Amino acid sequence: MTIDALIKEIPFTILSAGDTSRQITKVFCCDLLSIAMSKAPADCAWVTVMGNINTLAVASLADAACVILAEGTVLEDAVVEKAKMQGITVLSTEKPVFDTALAVHRLLES
Amino acid sequence: MDAQSNTPGVELKYVVSPNDFTRAGEASSNVKNILKQMGISPDVIRKVSIAMYEGEINMVIHANGGDITVTITPEKIQMVLRDDGPGIPDVEKAMQAGYSTAPEQVRSLGFGAGMGLPNMKKYTDEMKIDTVIGVGTTVTMCVYIS
Repeated sequence: MTIDALIKEIPFTILSAGDTSRQITKVFCCDLLSIAMSKAPADCAWVTVMGNINTLAVASLADAACVILAEGTVLEDAVVEKAKMQGITVLSTEKPVFDTALAVHRLLES
Repeated sequence: MDAQSNTPGVELKYVVSPNDFTRAGEASSNVKNILKQMGISPDVIRKVSIAMYEGEINMVIHANGGDITVTITPEKIQMVLRDDGPGIPDVEKAMQAGYSTAPEQVRSLGFGAGMGLPNMKKYTDEMKIDTVIGVGTTVTMCVYIS
């Protein structure tokens, strides 16, 4: 499923849109960056509440397809700008991590 | 962070700024992009990216920054991370997954899980730590290309 298709199905707020034609293959949840760095599969939708500049670095290095900030996590404007500059797709939702990941997972399985 | 590339691109040098979490990861990202352009396999790039990012973050958290030299040859990618920090008192303990001396402020950023050195060891084919208390630490890591 592409990011484009995902955002048609789930009403995320789009903080930064990178290559939204990119395929998502898995969902991954984790807030500790070292664990996310080593365990997030490439092309995953990474659901986290850790919204800072280092989240972007990990998303980029781990080659995540997109970052989904759950629980209404707010990103500073400078971080949003950096995400846009680096072409990293960052979405946000008020929903909890589990509900968000489950919704994405169900779409990927359908 | 300044990268200097000696064409045809064998050695890359970076300076890691102390306590600057906003720029941590720039060196790793730069190396990742260069390896991608060189057509290195995604598996190798991932290993290098993880190991180098962890090392870079360690330098920012614990060592007042430092410098990184990356040497790319047809056989392997070598990363030498050198700092003038306080040194590691107990390397064996520092290598244990979950052991961390990171301060609370760093943990609130999502670091300090005690996975830095274990990840560096896990994702590299060779790793050597030379550390002297009060002088600094040099971590040398290699990832084989083939």
